[in-house]
This record gives sequence, C-alpha cells and structure tokens, in this order.
Amino acid sequence: MRYLYYPGCSLKGTALEYDVSTRALMGELGAELVEIEDWTCCGASAAEATSYLLSLSLPACILARAEKMDDASQILVPCSACYTNLKKVEEKSRSYIELLNKINTVLQEENLHLQGKMKIRHLLDILARDIGPAKIFANLKSPLTGLNIAPYYGCQCLRPYSVFDDPEEPRSMEPVIEAVGAKIHPWDMGGRCCGASHMTTKPDVALELVATILKAAKGADAIVTVCPMCQMNLEAYQKKISGMSGEDLSMTILYLPQFLGLALGLSEQDLRMDLNLSITKAFRDKLNRTQISADIHR
Amino acid sequence: MNRLEKIESEQESETALAPVIDSLAPIRNMVSACIQCGTCTGSCPNAFAMDLTPRQLWYNVIREEKETIFHSKTFSLCSVCYYCTLRCPRGLPLTDAMSALKQIAAKENLAPYKKSVRFYKSFMESVRRHGRVREMEFMTLYFMAMKNPLLPFRFAPLGVKLISKGKVSVELPSKGSGTLEAIFRKVEELENS
Repeated sequence: MRYLYYPGCSLKGTALEYDVSTRALMGELGAELVEIEDWTCCGASAAEATSYLLSLSLPACILARAEKMDDASQILVPCSACYTNLKKVEEKSRSYIELLNKINTVLQEENLHLQGKMKIRHLLDILARDIGPAKIFANLKSPLTGLNIAPYYGCQCLRPYSVFDDPEEPRSMEPVIEAVGAKIHPWDMGGRCCGASHMTTKPDVALELVATILKAAKGADAIVTVCPMCQMNLEAYQKKISGMSGEDLSMTILYLPQFLGLALGLSEQDLRMDLNLSITKAFRDKLNRTQISADIHR
Repeated sequence: MNRLEKIESEQESETALAPVIDSLAPIRNMVSACIQCGTCTGSCPNAFAMDLTPRQLWYNVIREEKETIFHSKTFSLCSVCYYCTLRCPRGLPLTDAMSALKQIAAKENLAPYKKSVRFYKSFMESVRRHGRVREMEFMTLYFMAMKNPLLPFRFAPLGVKLISKGKVSVELPSKGSGTLEAIFRKVEELENS
C-alpha cells in the first residue's frame, strides 16, 4: 500500500505527535507514505471565513502539486479540517467545470494546473477500511485489554462528506479499537462539535461544548481523537473546565495512531507521548499493569 | 500601507451596509427554499449562545433584513460542524450560507465581528507570507490587531506549555518568502473585478 501524504500545518507544530505516530503506525502496518513536495496550507477554517475563491484555490494548489508527483492517486490526510478542505475541491472539480477553470486561472500564477484526479482519504478511513481490524490484530504485540476507550470523531471527518461512516452515529473506530483488546466506552458524543477555533475567539461557547464531552467521557480511561483541533480543545483546557464545572474532569486524550501504536509494540517515545497535554496518572498506572500482564501471558 | 497595518487600522463600518445588499442576493438564493422547520436550530451545537436562531437568521436573509442580519452574532457563532447541512430536509447548503455571511463581514470589516475577522485575517496573513501558518506569528499578529494588552495573558499559560514542548517555535512576525503571494493577489483581482 502506497499513499501520498499531506500532513498539514498543525502536524508540523502543535500536533507534531500526530504526524510522528501516524508515520510510525503506518510503517508498522506496511503502508508507505510519500509526503507531497512543497505542500502549502489548506486554508483551515480561516480561508472560508474570508474568501470563497481562496478557500478553494489553496487546497487546489496542494492537489495540483500532488498530481505532478503522479506515483499514487490517493492522498492520506490525518487532519479533519484539511481533509474536508481538500475533499471539497476533489468533489467540486468533478462536478463544476466552470469553477475548475476559474481555480486553474488562479493556479496558473504558480504554473500549476488541476485536473481533478486525486482521491482524498482520511487516516481513519484508511485504518478502518484499507488496513482493517484483522491486519491490526495480526500485528498485535501488547494487547490493551481492560482499557475503556471513548472514540471521538468530531465533525469534519464525518460531515459534510460522509464517505466511510455514519455522519450521525459514527462507529468506524470501534472495530480497530476492539482489535487491540480494548473496550468501547458507550456514549453519544462521538460526532459532536468541540467548538473548533471558537476556543480562541469565543471561549465561553467552546468551553461549554468541551465540558459536555468531557462529562460524558467519565468512566472511560481515555478519549481517542483523529483531528488536531479536537485533540487540542479536549486536552488543553481541562483544569479550567473542571473548575467551571466543580468536578474533576481530567481525562487522557490520545491520537488514534498513538493508541494503536502502543498495542503494536511501539514505544511512548516512538509515538511522542511526551508531547500530549493530558495523560493522567491513573491511565499510566493502568497501561503499565496491562502491559505487564501481557508480558506475563506471552 | 502594508497589509498588517491594514488589518489593524481598517475602520470598522458601523452603518455602511449599502454594498452588502448585492452580495446578499446569492445567499438569499441558497436559502430561498427554506420552509422554516427549525431542524437547523435543533441541530446547532452553538444555538444556545445565539441571539437569532439559525431558523430566524434564514427568515431575515430571505427578507433581506440586512440591519438585523449584520447586527446579529449568529453566523459568526457557526463552528462549521455541518449538522444543519446534513439534516436540512430541503437539502440547503446552510453551512456554506453561514460562511458566505462571514465572508461579507470580513470583506466589509463590519464592527460587530471584529474579533473573528481579525483572527481569520491574521491567520491568512501568516499563510500568505510563508505558505504555511506559523502559529506564533499568527497569534502575535492577532494580538497586535486587537490592540488589547491584556489579551495575550489569557493565552500565556498554554503558549508557554506549547513552546516548552517544542510544538510552537518562537518566531517573530517576518516578511517571509511570499510563497502564496501570487495566488492571493490573483484571487483578490478576480473577486474585485
């Protein structure tokens, strides 16, 4: 398996551990990732809030550069915001020729041209459908039996493009989490919104949304995410939200490839778990016990 | 005047909504088949904080009540979760309509949306300069644009944590290589023609 890889800006900065753990996990599973050369920003949620044409032109630059490389036709994207932005251009360039022409007028400035033949795939889609639970199980080295995991999908890997999961009641993460021996924490928060960039400009609103999610996760050992924005909102404000709510809402938040990587025998250093902002002592203790008992039974 | 000075000094227009009327027409078309059922409101995670519910907003868009629309916080509270778009029984592109309203607020620098407009523009300025966003630069530009000396302190604890983990590099705003300059300029040219 070979994919072009678009990490996006967050994965080079605040979500560095998502980049490192994605590469490590995919390597372990025998999938090759080829980073798109000279990639630029997809526009995040900011381009769309300022200019429609810019919000399509920025992802189009990336896709046009990917088409030049031409050795794989699928792009793996771990960030849900990047995924939606790139997917939007994939969809629109197929259906609206006039719009594609307009985008190409812009791209000409950089001597780029978009044909629209790239297929955009979210990391979760590839883990759930291309690789699948059976292959993950076959590579299992250290089962995470006894851990109770709350799968958090957020919005933009599910909506508006519902490619690999139900946009209202997502379940695609469950088989891959169960494949490594963990249990699913029953909740209905998987597809809820974390507030995204409201955390900076309208914190009162976003803190409210995250509080609801953290409260519903009580009883789980960790929440597992597939988006850098969700990850940051869930992990970085726990103290403040606990204070607001008058209860301890601290919770371990891991990226999905970090969690799966642990079960496949990758080290915490391989997965850069030193960069996470919230890994609780209770989680570490339980993880140690799980790993020790797995060693005994081996 | 460079673009940063422009983000800072652009006069927010309180009342000058005249040019908005034309740009409202395409948004009106997006929602003209609205049956006012309120599914969008019931699905919106941020409705609790809005002055107009999404349903009421569409009602005002259809009637072109620009004073009401652009004095309401509603569209700026959309966090682009796409629940309303998913569930709308008429299949209307409601999230796109919210974004189109944000684009007008950004273009016209409308005063009630100063915070989000300056936030988005600071982000885009950093992308325009370097091709990728530099988080430290983007937040610095935002603080400078907001001219509120207390604002950075709210972000300081998290900022220090991210810097100490090496997740954000300490880089002052700089001119950059202008990697995407030509793309940005062409978009502006096409949009203003």
